[in-house]
Amino acid sequence: MSGTNTSMSRAEILGNIRTGLNRNQDDSQRQQTVANRLATKADNLIPGRAQLPFTEQVALFKAMTDEALAELIELDSIEQVPQACTDWLSNHGIKQLISASDTELTALDWSPLDQQQITRTERVAQAGDTASLTSSFAGIAETGTIMLHSGSQSPTTLNFLPDNHLVILRRSTIVGVYEEAWKKTREKYSNSMPRTVNMITGPSRSADIEQKLQMGAHGPKNLVILFIND
Amino acid sequence: MQINTPFFKQRAHDALADENLQKALGNLKAGFPEKRAIAVDRMPEFEELRNQGRDLKNHILEHLDLYIEQFESKVIENGGQVHWARTAEDANQIILDLCKQVDAKTVTKGKSMVTEEIGLNDFLEANGVQPVETDLGEYILQLREDHPSHIIAPAIHLNLEDVSEAFHEHHKRPKSDDPAVLMQEAREVLRDKFVAADVGITGANFCVAETGSTIIVTNEGNGDLTQTLPKTHIVVTSIEKVVPTLEDMTLFLRLLARSATGQEFTVYNTLSTGPRREGDQDGPENFHVVLVDNGRSEMVGSEFQDMLRCIRCSACMNHCPVYGAVGGHSYGWVYPGPMGSVLTPQMIGIEKGGMLPNASTFCGKCESVCPVKIPLPKLMRHWREDEFQKHLQPKAARYGLAGWAFMAKRPALYKPYARMASWFMKRLAGKKGRIKKLPLAGGWTDWRDMPAPQGTTFMKAWKEQQKNGEQP
Amino acid sequence: MVNHMPNSSSGPRVGLFVTCLADMFRPSVAFATVKLLEQAGCSVEVPERQTCCGQPAFNSGDRKTTADIARQTIDAFDGYEYVVGPSGSCIGMLHYYPEVFDPSDSYYQRALNLKSRSFEITSFLFDVIGANALQEQLKLLQFNHKVTYHDSCSGLRQMGIKQQPRQLLQQVQGVELEEMEEAETCCGFGGTFCVKYPEISNRMVSNKTDYISNTGAHTLLGGDLGCLLNMAGKLKREGKQVEARHVVEILAGMTDIPAIGEADYDLAQQL
Repeated sequence: MSGTNTSMSRAEILGNIRTGLNRNQDDSQRQQTVANRLATKADNLIPGRAQLPFTEQVALFKAMTDEALAELIELDSIEQVPQACTDWLSNHGIKQLISASDTELTALDWSPLDQQQITRTERVAQAGDTASLTSSFAGIAETGTIMLHSGSQSPTTLNFLPDNHLVILRRSTIVGVYEEAWKKTREKYSNSMPRTVNMITGPSRSADIEQKLQMGAHGPKNLVILFIND
Repeated sequence: MQINTPFFKQRAHDALADENLQKALGNLKAGFPEKRAIAVDRMPEFEELRNQGRDLKNHILEHLDLYIEQFESKVIENGGQVHWARTAEDANQIILDLCKQVDAKTVTKGKSMVTEEIGLNDFLEANGVQPVETDLGEYILQLREDHPSHIIAPAIHLNLEDVSEAFHEHHKRPKSDDPAVLMQEAREVLRDKFVAADVGITGANFCVAETGSTIIVTNEGNGDLTQTLPKTHIVVTSIEKVVPTLEDMTLFLRLLARSATGQEFTVYNTLSTGPRREGDQDGPENFHVVLVDNGRSEMVGSEFQDMLRCIRCSACMNHCPVYGAVGGHSYGWVYPGPMGSVLTPQMIGIEKGGMLPNASTFCGKCESVCPVKIPLPKLMRHWREDEFQKHLQPKAARYGLAGWAFMAKRPALYKPYARMASWFMKRLAGKKGRIKKLPLAGGWTDWRDMPAPQGTTFMKAWKEQQKNGEQP
Repeated sequence: MVNHMPNSSSGPRVGLFVTCLADMFRPSVAFATVKLLEQAGCSVEVPERQTCCGQPAFNSGDRKTTADIARQTIDAFDGYEYVVGPSGSCIGMLHYYPEVFDPSDSYYQRALNLKSRSFEITSFLFDVIGANALQEQLKLLQFNHKVTYHDSCSGLRQMGIKQQPRQLLQQVQGVELEEMEEAETCCGFGGTFCVKYPEISNRMVSNKTDYISNTGAHTLLGGDLGCLLNMAGKLKREGKQVEARHVVEILAGMTDIPAIGEADYDLAQQL
């Protein structure tokens, strides 16, 4: 039933737009314009803020994550991640870590967790989970934003359902602005997109009660960036 | 949603007398304009971003049909489906059918003004599907059987006490007046709803033609849980939200966060591209986009086309002194403030919506903060022109205007008339220099004195002085 | 007071756009404007065929009347090098004239031309004549009071008037400018708005008078009589002891005339 409605609606809507634009005849030039814009993917104005040498972009990223109230823990190598997780979780009295199953995570030596009786499970998140660990795709200096892509080993629920989200970010993946992250995404997925792209800037919050900011609305209450100085 | 727009004046009267509402509206300034001003100061290119935002939206609108078609084909290519809804009724029926396809009992909802516009919640409920609002503000309103009074801070008309009452009544927990405790309560209660929902409905801030992606922008993360956990994700959005590329979307994201909440960037900016992929462990199995028209396609090519640039940031209402005085509910329908005063007459008709474009001093603050430079006062004026042509304005106003126009077009008549009026008011004021009560101007003198004129007109005094060769 | 000799100057020939409110309520504001223009070396004339700028019709959606009045005004001010008036709002209306004509209409080009040569008085003095044009005259003036300045909406946002009146004021001896909170927020006048929606207008002007009195200023200044009548009327009704004047009254040294809504002053008797 709705099938019929929807195709009639489609014709009417597009017809209305074309009438409004006075375009009922030759459309080739407009089509060319649209095709060009979609093909060129040109940048619009890029703010000067993040157009910096790489080391300064890294500094900007750190400053902006701090402003966004994310926690940033610096590590010398990815091998230090299990110990850093253990320390953070035990400091917060958490006995469980739900982890993504990317190879870079599974390859690590997770024995430090055992010493604190913290269990590590690779699965999607469920209600009641207290902490998750994921990798990330890029860090964006402009606003201290982390970009994450969904995939078979990196389920999206890990980024939202647990109370605390620990996320690994390699220094080498820092870019200045969002546009650079899009270009990298297109390269990796050969001009396609992952099912979900998350851009996350700090932990969840809401100001819906009297416009006063409260942290930890529905998403994670803490966003902990494990920053690998690679 | 019931249309109460014709009662704007009465509702504004009630709003001005409502102490709780006035207290709540007092939070607006620190909540929005002050933060926006700081964010804008930190972005030296902001003005140029606004210019580009305006120009890009204009480009999109000139090619709107083509970009929508491109978006549609990309969604389909990614395994999603696109449904076109000419009217609110069409949209509701499509969404209900999609819910029925998966035998849905409950649906979770991310914040969406388009679903408010089409009255989706009432429709679903009447047809046996329970919608659950998950944005904290919207959730509070749903418990109170209330409606948003603001497009991004839906519960801005409420105070802590109201939330506290509502939660105590519905959650059956001890009453708390700590916002942090209340938020934790909502978090816990809604966790189960997120997991149990059969369908998740969100809006979209933008639809990207290049990739067939939709994007939602939230601070709470509720939208993400809404769209990731259930089997079916329905994006309900409107036709003007399409943008060409990711780069183009990015321009608007930079404008949106700063204009809306004064944030550098909203916490969660999430792009969804089709349903769950092979090997994915989570994500929806079905991905639907419902493209709602509801009067928008008629605006293309009309004098109201500029309104389709709107990215729903709320800056216009946050800075509007009329909105700040009477709040969003006074406007009597879904969209309040300056953007609502332009959009509402388009959607419910100028006969019902005419009050709104008149409720403006044309102070121009809205236009000056609009991220895409919509000439809101000019568009409100166009509605007044429409009203004038249809003779919809009150008789007194029309005759008053006609009488004044008759004089203003006849300088020889106008001058003695002005002199008489000046003389008359001067006599009324006596020695005091002001008038406490002026016949036919109760709207003025009920609230303020009318300063007395100086007794004659400049034109007369100038002429005299020209004769005498000296200034008085 | 100063002698006025029309057409005696070698400077630009200026047509004064009086504005309805200055004409009917406060001629002294128009006289002050003339005085300033003459001090700046202009020769000032007052075209007989002017009435109102047409804003009430424009904002009520009556395009035909607006166009009729626009044509009348364009004709009346034909040939003047500049058109200057004591209101950002009314001069702003002159700037809207091109919008009311179809580009094929012969008045369209003339409307554009009028727009290019019409200015609000402080903007004319400061931007056209030059920042220091009145330096000599202004420094002879004294106004030993704290003042606060309300930015009227059209002047500020349409015409870009913000610093001009302030910079000119600061050249007057003794003026202490104390900015109020939300100086740029509308006072609630809005032409017919204040009678169509009196309660909302009242709330807006009440906010304004609070901000004004919080500064402790002796005098409220502004560049538009509509707003000034509104705020002065409210200040009086609330019994607040703040005087209200158009900024040109200070700049022209015409503060011996009672402030807006103050004690009796009858211009008719002085003629």
